[in-house]
Amino acid sequence: MGVLTKLFSSLMATSRRKSPWIYTINSGSCNGCDIEIGPCISPRYDAEQIGMLRHASPKHADILVVTGAVSKRIKPALLDIYSQMPSPKAVVAVGSCPASCNVFAGSPVLDGPLDKFIPVDIWVPGCPPRPQLIIDGIAKAAQMLADGQTADQLGKKVAAE
Amino acid sequence: MTEILSLIVGFLIWPGLIVAAALGFFYMWLMRKLTARMQGRKGPPFYQPFFDFVKLVGKRSLVPRDSSRVLFFLLPFISLTSTVFGLMILPLPGSAAPSFSGDLVLLLYLMEMPVLCDVLAGFVSRSIYGQVSAMREAVMSLAYSVPLLASVIALAQAADTFRLAELHTAPFGLVTVIAFIAFAMAIPARLKSNPFSIPNAEHEIGHGAHMEYNGLPLAVFELSHALELMLLIGTLYVLFLPGTGHVATDALVYLAAGFAVVALVVFAKVSTARFTVKSALRFYWLWGGLAAGAAMVVAIVS
Repeated sequence: MGVLTKLFSSLMATSRRKSPWIYTINSGSCNGCDIEIGPCISPRYDAEQIGMLRHASPKHADILVVTGAVSKRIKPALLDIYSQMPSPKAVVAVGSCPASCNVFAGSPVLDGPLDKFIPVDIWVPGCPPRPQLIIDGIAKAAQMLADGQTADQLGKKVAAE
Repeated sequence: MTEILSLIVGFLIWPGLIVAAALGFFYMWLMRKLTARMQGRKGPPFYQPFFDFVKLVGKRSLVPRDSSRVLFFLLPFISLTSTVFGLMILPLPGSAAPSFSGDLVLLLYLMEMPVLCDVLAGFVSRSIYGQVSAMREAVMSLAYSVPLLASVIALAQAADTFRLAELHTAPFGLVTVIAFIAFAMAIPARLKSNPFSIPNAEHEIGHGAHMEYNGLPLAVFELSHALELMLLIGTLYVLFLPGTGHVATDALVYLAAGFAVVALVVFAKVSTARFTVKSALRFYWLWGGLAAGAAMVVAIVS
């Protein structure tokens, strides 16, 4: 019995590592990072080799890819989409904006940075980051899902505002 | 007792669930790989559909607040079970299929079940995308059923039988060729692949009827879709390809039919854009209708 459970959990870990489905949301980004996410599934970078697919529904996704410094208008939608994703899930923040609000810091229309609202697992730095780096971030997030190390799996919540 | 045992083996192992799932996942991978190669990409490794399935099984399931919990979980399983039953009654090479008069009619009903489940799933999920997709799928079903059903009825009329095993050994003729053209027309629409990917049009209505599905129910729907492909290939093999009288050569013909269907479907998928519902309907009712009518006339005259 113990062997079976072990086999099953190792199979599950491998599956989670090899099948990262992503959902992207632009939370007030300048579109620079979104343009760099597109090429990830293009012939040049072809992230489908590691099993990555871009899905149109957050309910299908394992990894939420967020770009942009969270604006006040997008914040409810962002939280809604995050809560619609079934566990286990990971969050990858792409670009400098979700981390620090970048050049928009201090703007009255922003509520960022991102980790005030949802727990972030992987930060991908750059303004904008290259597609290789974004794919690397997604692969690392998938590895965290397999290891059970994401904030969602560990039950970590962000501190209330 | 041995009869019951052979039925259980037929349902669970071959041509039922386990072998068909493995082969179906393999064909699914082949579709993705061929698509990727034709687009100048490398494509996923061959175990990809299997790992996608296991991962989805291991996720938590969320049910939309307004939808019926029972139906939400039941529909994918109904779809899967009816597809497996459909595979079970097909006289594929090496299978101990229970042959009885009228199993062709049963097969046609079982083939319609996954479509019906998709339509209901679209409405049950209470998503606007799901509802649009459900309506489109119902309309498409009306469209491609014309050549699909007419080709099968013409064959049955020509061979004067509703028994699959007898249809498999029926002699070739003009009616087989025309019925094959009509049947082949319906395949891309039945698989919801381009140019007839109207019900699950990505970039338009997301993932269509499965928009709100997640976790285990979505995994079962994916498996059911892979088995639908197997069912279609199996039906094509039984109705249009000759039995050679030997299991090994039969199996080779069956596999070759599968590869050919996958290659042609992918070729059509990659090289075309999507039709609108109206033009797809016109295509099937005009050209599909002509092929259907020709098959019926040939079947009755000859």
